[in-house]
Amino acid sequence: MNAPTYNFAYLDEQTKRMIRRAILKAIAIPGYQVPFASREMPMPYGWGTGGVQVTAAILGRDDVLKVIDQGSDDTTNAISIRKFFAKTADVATTTSTADATVIQTRHRIPEASLHAGQVLVYQVPIPEPLRFLEPRETETRRMHALGEYGLMHVKLYEDIARFGHIATAYAYPVKVNARYVMDPSPTPKFDNPKMDNCAALQLFGAGREKRIYAIPPYTSVVSLDFEDHPFTRYRFDAPCALCGADDSYLDEIVTDDKGSRMFVCSDTDYCETRQSQGHRGSESVAPHKERAHG
Amino acid sequence: MVENLEKHQGHGDQPLLIAEGLGKSYGHLTACRDVSFELYPGEVLAIVGESGSGKSTLLQLLSAQLASSAGSVSYRMRDGVMRDLASLGEAERRFLFRTDWGYVHQDPAMGLRMAVSAGANVGERLMAVGWNHYGRIRDTASSWLERVEIDIGRIDDAPRTYSGGMRQRLQIARNLVTEPRLVFMDEPTGGLDVSVQARLLDLMRNLVSELGLAAIVVTHDLAVARLLSHRVMVMKGGRVIESGLTDQVLDDPCEPYTQLLVSSILPA
Repeated sequence: MNAPTYNFAYLDEQTKRMIRRAILKAIAIPGYQVPFASREMPMPYGWGTGGVQVTAAILGRDDVLKVIDQGSDDTTNAISIRKFFAKTADVATTTSTADATVIQTRHRIPEASLHAGQVLVYQVPIPEPLRFLEPRETETRRMHALGEYGLMHVKLYEDIARFGHIATAYAYPVKVNARYVMDPSPTPKFDNPKMDNCAALQLFGAGREKRIYAIPPYTSVVSLDFEDHPFTRYRFDAPCALCGADDSYLDEIVTDDKGSRMFVCSDTDYCETRQSQGHRGSESVAPHKERAHG
Repeated sequence: MVENLEKHQGHGDQPLLIAEGLGKSYGHLTACRDVSFELYPGEVLAIVGESGSGKSTLLQLLSAQLASSAGSVSYRMRDGVMRDLASLGEAERRFLFRTDWGYVHQDPAMGLRMAVSAGANVGERLMAVGWNHYGRIRDTASSWLERVEIDIGRIDDAPRTYSGGMRQRLQIARNLVTEPRLVFMDEPTGGLDVSVQARLLDLMRNLVSELGLAAIVVTHDLAVARLLSHRVMVMKGGRVIESGLTDQVLDDPCEPYTQLLVSSILPA
């Protein structure tokens, strides 16, 4: 019996061409949301259908794929998508940021700086940064077209009026190439400066909303702010409990029901690389990695 | 340059807005026809008439929200140049709308962002023209709230927690913050009770004279026209049937319809 086979990287060639055309247009107009004919994928909306389609369209046979979910290589979503492409495209996969040529990500940008030739593919739930202030899509498109972005500052104003500071902690709006205001997908604002003048190509795919947008390499990406309330990064004020890093974005992990917690790097590859180089944190007497695999 | 400056400042002698043979029809249905007038800086013009007489259509034509079927509207821009509104690009028209013009809706919910605080509602126009300093935006917003008699303590409350009269005053502040030269008002006192109406009218009259605003006010309430406006146009069936100085038209109406309108006011 012959098992049914998939086309390379699951999507048929015509679909991939359509997506590539959208990607090329997106690269040509940095930050502009290009509509595309998003397909049904064998996974639910919200699990990265947009990112998966972009990855499928750009993947070649000699690419090395890394998939991260909230910085982690070993969560369900990351593993499923990695396996999906290992099966349908037979490409090599890795968890190493430096070795990967294509990195599909949900809500984080790796700590290790990206290099030229790499592509970072974001999964985007809501591509429209103005959505919650102006629900009419016809109107928001017009505002993008005319560069009317006063409304974006209204949101930041509201934050300061209510909380005393800009309380938007993720999906923090940015201006790309001094033209389009863009939602960087729900990455923490800690990651915003990494998008600016980045050596890698950044592609954003929103499956349900049927939009693709892009930041070409070495493009300016500026986080919006007020003169008297400038943009600031945020991280927990602690070193990573496993690798001691004091410059990485941290996850807070509750360890019991008595209020104990530890802070560890959200980027697992970064943390493991540092541990293998001998860096140690307060909790790393018996590194969890070895115990888990031992 | 000097000439331009003079035009800009000593603008009393040149019209701010000119309507010529303005009309709008929907197929065989004519909403408004052959309206011509000139509006001068600092002048308040009231458009009165019964429901369906074409008042609101005319206001939309004048404010370039609706394309006219006949005639034209021209407006003297801040640089002193007279421009046909139909020749403006969309970007220019929208810019005009949020800087040099104001539009006060009958229903404040149409003109305000109901879920956003009062301060941000007033500040939105400033941010739209590039203000980027939170402290200054907030100071300007609070001084405007003060001017329209809204308690500064309510600056961070959303207008949906405001009363009808406060909403209308907030809408006025939101429109005036960029110091427009022309304000369109569509039944600004509609739906408010009499004492609130009186207070709002008093406020508007003061603001208009303080700021030297030109205004076009659509109303079916002759009392509003009498209190606010210098000139009145009476509309019926899409045409202007009578126009002139407010007291002249209201005290000594020529047209039978205007006489009917004036005599329908309940005696105080």
